[in-house]
Amino acid sequence: MKRSNAPIFWLLFGAGGMLSALIGAMLVFITGIAAPAAIILPRASLNYDSVLALAQHWAGKGFLFIVIVLFLWHAAHRIFHTLHDLGIHAGAVAKLICYGSAMVGTLLAARALLAIGF
Amino acid sequence: MNALSNNTATKSIEIEVLRYLPESQDKPYYQTYTVPFTDDMSVLQGLQYIKDELDGSLSFRWSCRMAICGSCGMMINNVPKLSCKTFLRDLYPGKVRIDALANFPIERDLVIVMDDFITKLESIKPYIINDVPRALSDGENLQTPAQLAALEQYSDCINCMLCYAACPQYGLNSKFIGPAAMALLHRYNLDSRDNGKEQRMPLVHAEDGVFNCTAVGYCSEVCPKKVDPANAVNINKTESAIDYFLRFVVPKGANKGATKGAPKGAAK
Amino acid sequence: MNARRPYKRPMTGWWQKNPYLVEYMLHEATAFFVAAYAVILLVSAMKLAQGQGAWDQWVVWLTSPLSIGIHFVLLAAFAYHAWSWFNIMPRTLPPIIVDGRKVGPQTITFLGLAATVVLSLLLLIVCWGLAR
Repeated sequence: MKRSNAPIFWLLFGAGGMLSALIGAMLVFITGIAAPAAIILPRASLNYDSVLALAQHWAGKGFLFIVIVLFLWHAAHRIFHTLHDLGIHAGAVAKLICYGSAMVGTLLAARALLAIGF
Repeated sequence: MNALSNNTATKSIEIEVLRYLPESQDKPYYQTYTVPFTDDMSVLQGLQYIKDELDGSLSFRWSCRMAICGSCGMMINNVPKLSCKTFLRDLYPGKVRIDALANFPIERDLVIVMDDFITKLESIKPYIINDVPRALSDGENLQTPAQLAALEQYSDCINCMLCYAACPQYGLNSKFIGPAAMALLHRYNLDSRDNGKEQRMPLVHAEDGVFNCTAVGYCSEVCPKKVDPANAVNINKTESAIDYFLRFVVPKGANKGATKGAPKGAAK
Repeated sequence: MNARRPYKRPMTGWWQKNPYLVEYMLHEATAFFVAAYAVILLVSAMKLAQGQGAWDQWVVWLTSPLSIGIHFVLLAAFAYHAWSWFNIMPRTLPPIIVDGRKVGPQTITFLGLAATVVLSLLLLIVCWGLAR
């Protein structure tokens, strides 16, 4: 009986789902509403120097990477299964598009965050 | 019962049933019956009235009429239910639509083909597997109340198949092992007298195993016995995932021959 | 017996017939919004890596009414994701025994949502502290 390789993707889905459930909403608020509209956080927190300093710090860089990557893999797994639920059973092609996109995003994130430097 | 009790049949309800007679039709069609009823009548009794008084050709499974045999599962207004446990008074004055249990092929009228379900139950080895030989002098194979409590809810399954009707993943892929089979599998894995878990897990790990489940949870919602099959499936996802990575580390058969803390035989 | 012709019903529209399944598809759909936000963060990182010019242009969009509007939609989606996630979580956990009794599903959901509130506030405080 062929063993499923789903565990890899399922664990990433679970981790991403838990992380996005716990802090996703607040992250959206902070980065997309608070700072841009100067609510609670100053508009200056979006200044290049400030954000660069954050992304150059190992903790900030690590946090950003984990958030981007886990959110992408969570979404890829769920979207792949939702396509199946909607009757789109393109099997290997759908898998390649969904998980492939997450992989591309992961590589782009790694490249960008490394390019920012320390 | 006092003089004001409403036991005389003064009300009628419309029951629309999905009919399918393979010898004379290509496709199922709906047929509506007007059924007089009293407040104590179940949907099953409504169907029995139809068969006895209105249309003897209607076929449906039933037996105990007290929600323990698991025979009378059907879709009542698109929800998987036991017809003996669903009451006409709660559906009145609306129309009652009855379909055969979802996700199964229809044999005839409300009778579905359940061969796949039976095959799945048999496939998970639903019996105590223990290769540790016990002599008569060992006494009874004792189990504490706490050990029983661990598995009890999963043993309550009455094989009514409402969970399979509720599970869209089974509907989309009938090879998926499904909720009740997993609940039964889990029941035996949890049994302190059993050490056959390793023999059952390949079905869990397989491509048609637990990872087909997308945690809809509807199976546990409709279960008339509160078995919580969703729990059985999802606990095994974690187990399977851990094993997926640890299988290269832990030697196979490391736990063979161990009984799960079961007490030794009774003192004679 | 030779007249057996089992009829297989099609699965089309399976989730539209039942409120429970409609809700299931709704919470599964939050994945699209999680992906969208991840992409926004990814683009932000890429713009940052490209230098001040690219970043400043990106901030112009990020502070636009359109972007803020989109983020309100994303906020709602993430909030719904959190809610539905912790509502299904009890079904996915093994029994947790405290004081000889199994912890109930409502308690697990409540603890999950409470953790969300606490961690979210902590994150906000940390960001506020960093921005000073």
